[in-house]
Amino acid sequence: MSRKRSAVRGGEAVAGWLFVAPVVVILGLFLLLPILMALWVSLTGWNGQGSPFRSGVPFVGTDNYASLLTEDGLPRQDFMTSIRNNLYYVLLVVPIQTALALGLALVVNQRMLKSKGFFRTAFYFPSVTSSVAISVVFLFIFANSGAVNALLGMVGIQGPVWFNDSRGLIHILLDTVGVNSPPRALVDHGMLSLTWWDWLAGPSVAMSAIIALVVWTTSGTFMLMFLAALQNVPQQVEEASLIDGANRWQRLRFVTIPMIKPTVFLVLTLGLISTWHVFDQIYVMSQGNPAKTTLTPAFLSYRTAFKDFEYGRGAAISFVLFLIIVVMTLLQRWILRERKS
Amino acid sequence: MSRTEATPGAHRQGRDEPEAPRRRSKRRSRPRGLVNTFVGYSILIFFALVFLYPFVIQLANSLKSEPDAAANPLSPIPHPVSFAGFERIFEGTNFPLWLVNSLLVTTVITVGRVFFDSLAGYALARLRFRGRQAIFAGVIAVMAVPGVVLLIPKFLVLNQFGIYDSYTALILPIIVDAAGVFIMKQFFESVPASMEEAARIDGASVFRTYWSVVLPMARPALITLTILSFQGSWNEFPHTLVAVQDPDLFTLPRGLADLVSGSLGAARSTH
Repeated sequence: MSRKRSAVRGGEAVAGWLFVAPVVVILGLFLLLPILMALWVSLTGWNGQGSPFRSGVPFVGTDNYASLLTEDGLPRQDFMTSIRNNLYYVLLVVPIQTALALGLALVVNQRMLKSKGFFRTAFYFPSVTSSVAISVVFLFIFANSGAVNALLGMVGIQGPVWFNDSRGLIHILLDTVGVNSPPRALVDHGMLSLTWWDWLAGPSVAMSAIIALVVWTTSGTFMLMFLAALQNVPQQVEEASLIDGANRWQRLRFVTIPMIKPTVFLVLTLGLISTWHVFDQIYVMSQGNPAKTTLTPAFLSYRTAFKDFEYGRGAAISFVLFLIIVVMTLLQRWILRERKS
Repeated sequence: MSRTEATPGAHRQGRDEPEAPRRRSKRRSRPRGLVNTFVGYSILIFFALVFLYPFVIQLANSLKSEPDAAANPLSPIPHPVSFAGFERIFEGTNFPLWLVNSLLVTTVITVGRVFFDSLAGYALARLRFRGRQAIFAGVIAVMAVPGVVLLIPKFLVLNQFGIYDSYTALILPIIVDAAGVFIMKQFFESVPASMEEAARIDGASVFRTYWSVVLPMARPALITLTILSFQGSWNEFPHTLVAVQDPDLFTLPRGLADLVSGSLGAARSTH
């Protein structure tokens, strides 16, 4: 046995390493090594001139991180603004896309439905197209004389100038109920270089357009995930609840959703993580404008490094963002574990 | 799928069994069923329009004249039909070159990913060698690293190696991907090993077994990986942003983004 085994398995160790070598070398050189290099750069004041590993590059320790987190100033104000923007973005995108994806999956999954294939393709179509191309499409749709404002005009609403409007949605809402000027208590006090009034602005009108775009593009993908899960729900379970007299809402709430719970959590997790990555759309549609209300940490990191040539601080922002994403992942894992027990 | 799953159980119980519940539910709720169908279709058609109409009007807009596009943004029919936009793209910009670049880069990356990912996936699934577990753990860890935090690191390394602003920089760093390795490993673990073992006993080398026996059997997974790789590299944008700055090396997404933030961006702010 052992001889046959060694004959069949002969040379496997060498072959194994040869087989994985390309992947290991490339991921090592272009992923692991760069992360280590960036970690070094985030501790320096390198400005892009020459190599960051020359002796002349000033070593600044954790100054870059401090300027983002503990020292009052413009860098921290920008960074906290980007965090605020991304928080509102996450708060809106994740629930809306999850609900929309689940709703679409439930409708498309109905048995008596004709031409399911067409509808599934239609809903999935935006997911496969290039994020840059789709951002350009939405730039035109939300333009001043674009389709959205034309639609709003039909029902008698004067549409905003979407990508020049930095007013926060919560501020607009407060304005309509009569709070025209910010309360002094909120303006005079604040946290981390932003006043409470600024923290509570809500997503700006410009950000809302980007939120609409992202919900529109990602719902299709998540719909497919829900659809796969729904098709694994045995029909008998649903029929049993029908016989027990459960209405449509009760069936959804107490039968269907508990049956596809793992997928619901998967979609929420993926949403929670991917919404912190938003970059392409911001780059193409707004570049952080107007009034920094569409600035996100990912774009701020790019802009700080490649436009302001503050590579050290840019790298530091990347690492803080990475940390946020790791914490989000761990948090989700932890919540999942609590639910199970 | 749920329907096919229900049938075997029903067969076991008897032939008239599967018809019974369907008939019963139909009889009980015929008017409600009709209303349901109508509401269902209305929702579906509304969302199908929301998801597809932007593409329709963008296509129509590309054939509209400037004043027509501004005056009738919702109309799906260009009036008059104008090819000025296309002429400008093909004659006034590097669009044809970007198209060639995109095709080249995407083809090389797709071929590379399918080959290298399946090679590594196979080794991780089947071959016994020291360090296998560690490498697989590494692949999983790499999958968790978000691409956007790698922008500056990638630029640093390309700069350091002196390959910044070249086709090598566009292709080499993303010619393998951890997710592809993971998909292939999962696939190889799901197929029985008996065929390969027979080939090995007959004296074929490991690579020969992989190439002539394993790969032909892995067609479904390879097709999936090809589609994913093609789509991923065709749409890749952030990587091109830190790999090249010469317009002659732009791919389509990069060129398009450049057009928008340049000429179109200026036009937009004057609107």
